[in-house]
Amino acid sequence: MGDKREISRRTFLNYALMGTGGFLAAGMITPMIRFAVDPLLQGHAGGDKVAVGSPDEFSAVPKRVEFKVHTKDGWYESESTLTAWVTKNDKGEILALSPICKHLGCTVDWGTGPGQPNEYFCPCHMGRYSINGEHILGTPPTASLDEYETEVKEGKLYLGKVKANPRPGVNG
Amino acid sequence: MMQKMYDWVDERLNITPMWRDLADHEVPEHVNPAHHFSAFVYCFGGLTFFITVIQILSGMFLTMYYVPDVINAYESVKYLQNEVAFGVIVRGMHHWGASLVIVMMFLHTLRVFFTGSYKKPRELNWVVGVLIFFVMLGLGFTGYLLPWDNTAYFATKVGVQIADSVPFIGPYVKTLLTGGDILGAQTLTRFFAIHVFFLPGALLGLLGAHFVMIRSQGISGPL
Repeated sequence: MGDKREISRRTFLNYALMGTGGFLAAGMITPMIRFAVDPLLQGHAGGDKVAVGSPDEFSAVPKRVEFKVHTKDGWYESESTLTAWVTKNDKGEILALSPICKHLGCTVDWGTGPGQPNEYFCPCHMGRYSINGEHILGTPPTASLDEYETEVKEGKLYLGKVKANPRPGVNG
Repeated sequence: MMQKMYDWVDERLNITPMWRDLADHEVPEHVNPAHHFSAFVYCFGGLTFFITVIQILSGMFLTMYYVPDVINAYESVKYLQNEVAFGVIVRGMHHWGASLVIVMMFLHTLRVFFTGSYKKPRELNWVVGVLIFFVMLGLGFTGYLLPWDNTAYFATKVGVQIADSVPFIGPYVKTLLTGGDILGAQTLTRFFAIHVFFLPGALLGLLGAHFVMIRSQGISGPL
């Protein structure tokens, strides 16, 4: 007996009560915590790509297309309309740019800038982008226009999620 | 480690007398089920409080997903129950706990009644207990409407018509409850506010009074 570590009756009861109480509390709290953190653990929906037309419709001159995406936000489902500026270069590569200015989020337009018929122009703070979405250095935007993921399938152009445009800024 | 942290705080704030006063007191023999098994009837008050804590916690978590609005209420309940992990458990706790809290409270009232614990000097605590009973019934009535399904709608319609039948003040009570001429959008937000803010606030205050009184007066003596 002497060399064993003794615990008193009171300590044993303390541990037993704390253990039982802890188990009960955990049984109560665990489902609630899991319930609350569910958005963290739910997989992100890939987002279906949406067809916007035949690749033949597009050329080196940007063309504006509108398409609808279906958004499921918990119990609330909605349709929202997105816009893309689509170009096709001489190699047949398609580029679909998001019209949301990287400065403060206004909507850019093609060729409306004063004296710049071949640039995207944001009217809010005179932001400018070249035809591939590169931001013109010296104008407010600090990044190039985002692009949509594109896919040509069965003679149709599909647009997907928005991703960052890797092209650096250029001198106007 | 825990002991050291406790000592650090205790040295500065002297918290030991506080929790001793709150928790460390003898349980008289006649209310201890280890001595007389029949003394388990003295547990019903504590069990009512335990379930009330579950109700408060599960209710807090449910409001993360619930929307008190006629368009979205039913859809959000459906979503949190069927799409969110453990949603059916958390809503189940709140749903079944609501009934259980009434049952436990009723058993607690019976115990207090048959042991004569409401007698002098504890009359005020009985009065506070009855007020808690009414607050709990109010929580049940207002909470029942929130899922905004057929059961909820028509149960509340019946309840509101009962209020309407009270002589003289009935129509005014009805308008106050529904927040308008019909049982609709305004009723739902109104019941939500009453269910999650007003009545729980009142409940916490009354429970505090209930517990302070039982601590200062002690548990009533054996039969």
